[in-house]
Amino acid sequence: MKQQIIVSGIGGQGVLFLIRLIAQVAVNRGLAVLTSETHGMAQRGGTVLSTIKVGAFASPLIRAGQADVGLLLWDANLPVHAPLLRDGASLVINAEQSVAGAQAKQCIAASRMARDMGNAVLANLILLGLAIQQQTLFCSAADCVQAIRQLAPERFVDQNLQAFQLGLNHTND
Amino acid sequence: MDTQADVQLLMGNEAMACGLLEAGCQVAAAYPGTPSTEILQSLIDRRDQAKEPLHIEWSVNEKIAFEVALAASYTGKRSVAVMKQVGLNVAADPFMRSAYLGVKGGLVTIVADDPGPHSSQNEQDTRLFCLQARVPVFDPASPAEAKQLVSVAFELSEKYQILTVLRPATRICHSRQNVALQPMQTLQRKAHFEKNTARWAATPPFLPALHKKLNDNLDAIAAEPHLQPLKTAGDGSQPRTALVASGIVYGHLVDLLEELGLSDQIDLYQVVMPYPLNPAWAAQLRNDYDRVLVLEETYPVIELQMAHLGVVGKQSGHVPKEGELTPDVIYKVLAGFLELEPPATAPADSRGRRPSLCAGCPHRSAFYSIKKCFPKGIFPSDIGCYTLGINLGAVDTVHCMGACISQGAGFYQSYVQDAQDVAGGDFPTVVVTIGDSTFFHSGITALINAVIQKARIIVVILDNGTTAMTGGQPVPHLGITAIGEPTTAIAIEPLVKASGVNFLECCDPYDNDDFETLLKQADTHIRKPDGGVAVLISRHGCLMERHVARAQPRFKIDITDDCIGCRRCVEAFECPALVMNEATTVAEIDQDRCIGCGTCIPVCPVKAIIKGEQL
Ligand code: SF4
Ligand code: SF4
Repeated sequence: MKQQIIVSGIGGQGVLFLIRLIAQVAVNRGLAVLTSETHGMAQRGGTVLSTIKVGAFASPLIRAGQADVGLLLWDANLPVHAPLLRDGASLVINAEQSVAGAQAKQCIAASRMARDMGNAVLANLILLGLAIQQQTLFCSAADCVQAIRQLAPERFVDQNLQAFQLGLNHTND
Repeated sequence: MDTQADVQLLMGNEAMACGLLEAGCQVAAAYPGTPSTEILQSLIDRRDQAKEPLHIEWSVNEKIAFEVALAASYTGKRSVAVMKQVGLNVAADPFMRSAYLGVKGGLVTIVADDPGPHSSQNEQDTRLFCLQARVPVFDPASPAEAKQLVSVAFELSEKYQILTVLRPATRICHSRQNVALQPMQTLQRKAHFEKNTARWAATPPFLPALHKKLNDNLDAIAAEPHLQPLKTAGDGSQPRTALVASGIVYGHLVDLLEELGLSDQIDLYQVVMPYPLNPAWAAQLRNDYDRVLVLEETYPVIELQMAHLGVVGKQSGHVPKEGELTPDVIYKVLAGFLELEPPATAPADSRGRRPSLCAGCPHRSAFYSIKKCFPKGIFPSDIGCYTLGINLGAVDTVHCMGACISQGAGFYQSYVQDAQDVAGGDFPTVVVTIGDSTFFHSGITALINAVIQKARIIVVILDNGTTAMTGGQPVPHLGITAIGEPTTAIAIEPLVKASGVNFLECCDPYDNDDFETLLKQADTHIRKPDGGVAVLISRHGCLMERHVARAQPRFKIDITDDCIGCRRCVEAFECPALVMNEATTVAEIDQDRCIGCGTCIPVCPVKAIIKGEQL
C-alpha cells in the first residue's frame, strides 16, 4: 500500500490537525507514514501545504504530478497546488460554489456547514468525511473515528465526530 | 520488529525531544525559533517521563542557552542547547571556543536549519559553520534517524570530550513519522566540577595544545567506523558512477530513484556526519568513481571536503546553489547527471496567499497608528510576527534579532549630520518597532547604546506578553519559567528607565486616539533641546493566547451601505477578516474570522464600519 496525499489550505483552518489524524490512522494500521507541515510565519493566514505519504517512502515531500489524493480546504489554492496531483488523482474541495475542473460530488460547502455547527474550523473534518465517502483515502470511516477519539481534545470529540459524519453522509441534492 | 506499543507518530522535533530523554539529558536550554521551537516544547510536555532530574529553560537568547548547557556539561551531566540556524550566530562566541576547550558530560547543540528559507532571514548551513568551528555535525535524513542520532551525538561527545552538533533541516523538524521509542537511560550522575584552569580558563599559552588535541580528535572521529558514509551498492549497471547525499535530501533521492525504477542500480552513499568527512573515504571515491553527484543542503560542505575532480555538484554549477533541494529540483539534476529524459518543467513555485497579522492583532493597530502619524517616517523593525507590518507600510528594515534599535540609531546619526537645523527638529522621525521577547533577547544593549550616543529616535516596544511567532513561549516579564513555575518577573519599564530613557509611556494600541497622542508627544520629545530616545510600550496580549481572546469584549461588526469601496480597510489595514467583494465592490466582514475587536472602525473614512451589540 502506497498513497501520496496533499492537504492544502490557509493558516488557521486546521490543516495540521487533519494531517495528524490521517497519519495517526496509518500508524494505527501499522503502516509507515511521513508527513510534512508548514509552521511559522506562513501559518499566519497564508497558504499552507501539507503532505502525507503512506507506505514505504523515505521523504515526506511530494513531487509534481505524483500526489494520488488532494484535500483542499481553500478552493482558491487549487491552481497553486493542482500541479502536484497526478493524472486521475482523487480530489475533494471545500467550496461554496462549483469549482472549474472538479465534479459536483467532489465539492462540499464545508465552511458553511461548519459555521452552522458553530465552529468554522470543523470544515476540516467535514471534508475528511467526504473524502472517505468518495473512497479516496487508504482508510475507512471506522479508522478515522478511532483516530478522532485519540487525538481530539476530550470536550470536542463529539463535535468532531458529528462534523466527520456530516461529510461522510453528504449528498449533493 | 517493534511492537505496536513502542511506535508513536512523532514530529521530528518531538522525536528529538524523546531522544534527549532516552539519552539521559539533564539540562536543556533553548531560545525559540522556527523550525526548532517544538524540540524544547516537547521536552517540557514530556518532562514527567524523565527518570532523573531535568532542568529545562527558555533562555533569554541563544548565547545564554549555550553557556548554561556548557557549564552543565563541565559538571559531568549530559546537556543540550537548542536553537535555529541564525541563533548559532548569536551563540557563536562561546561555541567557537568550546571547540578548543571541549566538554565533560555529553554536550549536544541541536541547530535547526531552514533551507528555502521558509521562516528565516537566511538559509545558512550549520554544517559549514561546524566546519569553520571544527565541530562534528550530524545530518539526519528522517525524524526517526534524528532521534537515534541524539544518542550517537552524546556518545561521541563523551568519548572525545568534544562538542557535537545535530542539524535537522525544516523538513525533518516539521515532518511526522512513525517512530519507535526506546527505554530511557539512567546515568546516575552527580554534579562534579573538576577544577582545571589550564582547560576551563585556558589562556593563550594553553591554546595551541588544546587546538592540537582538537585536530587529533577530529582525525580520529573522521575515521570512526560507525560514522562512515553508508553505502547501498548498485548492481554494476552504472559503473564508476556514484550518488552521495546527506540529510533529508538523501530521503528525497531514495524516493526519486524508486519512482524512476533506478533503485539498486547505482552506488549510493548516505553521509550521516558531513563534518569531519573521512579523507580515506574521499580518497576511495576518487579511486572508485569517475563521476559523483553530490546532493546536500544548503552549502557544498561534503563537496568541498571530497576534493574529487569528477564531482558534479554546487561548485561545478550542476546543483542549484540556493534554495531548497526539493524532489523536483533533484529530479532535474539527476536527469542531467544520468542523461535521463528531462522531467516536464516543474510548475513555478507559487506561494499563494501571503501571510498577514491575525484578525484583531494589536500590532496591526500600532502599525496603522505609526504610519498614520508619521507618513514620512523611517521604520526599522525586527524579527517576529510583527515583521508582517511590512504589509502595512510601517516596516522598512528587518535584519536580525535586536538590530532595529541600533539601525534606528544609525539612521538618525546619518541624517542628523546633514540637518540644517537640528534644534528645529530638522531630521526624519525614526520609529523602531521591536517585540518584547526580541527586546530581552538583544534590544537592551542596543537601547543603552542609542541613549549614550544621543540618538533621537522613537522605540515602540510591541509587548504582547509572549513569543508569539513561535507559539507563545513565556517572556521574562511574565514571571513564569518554561515549566510553568513562578519566578521573578523582570518588568520592561524599569529596564528602560535604567537605560537612561527619559520619555517612557505605555498604551494599549486598541485605544488608537491615546496611542496616536503619545506617538506625537514622543516625536515632540525627540526634538526637544534635552530630548533623546523616547520609548512607547504598546501593550496588548497576543490573541493566539486563548485567555486573551476570551477576556476581551467581542462586538458584532458590520459594514453598512455607506461603504464606497475605497479599499482602505482591506489594503492599508489588511485585517484578514476584511474582504473586498469584487462583484459588489464593497468591503465585507468575514464573520468566520472576525474576532469583533472593532479596531478597524477608525480606519474607514466614511464611517461605514460599525459596532453592533456585544456578543
Ligand atoms: S473587528 Fe475589524 S479589525 Fe477586528 S477582527 Fe473584525 S474585521 Fe478585523
Ligand atoms: S474603508 Fe470603509 S469605505 Fe473603504 S472599503 Fe473599507 S468599509 Fe468601505
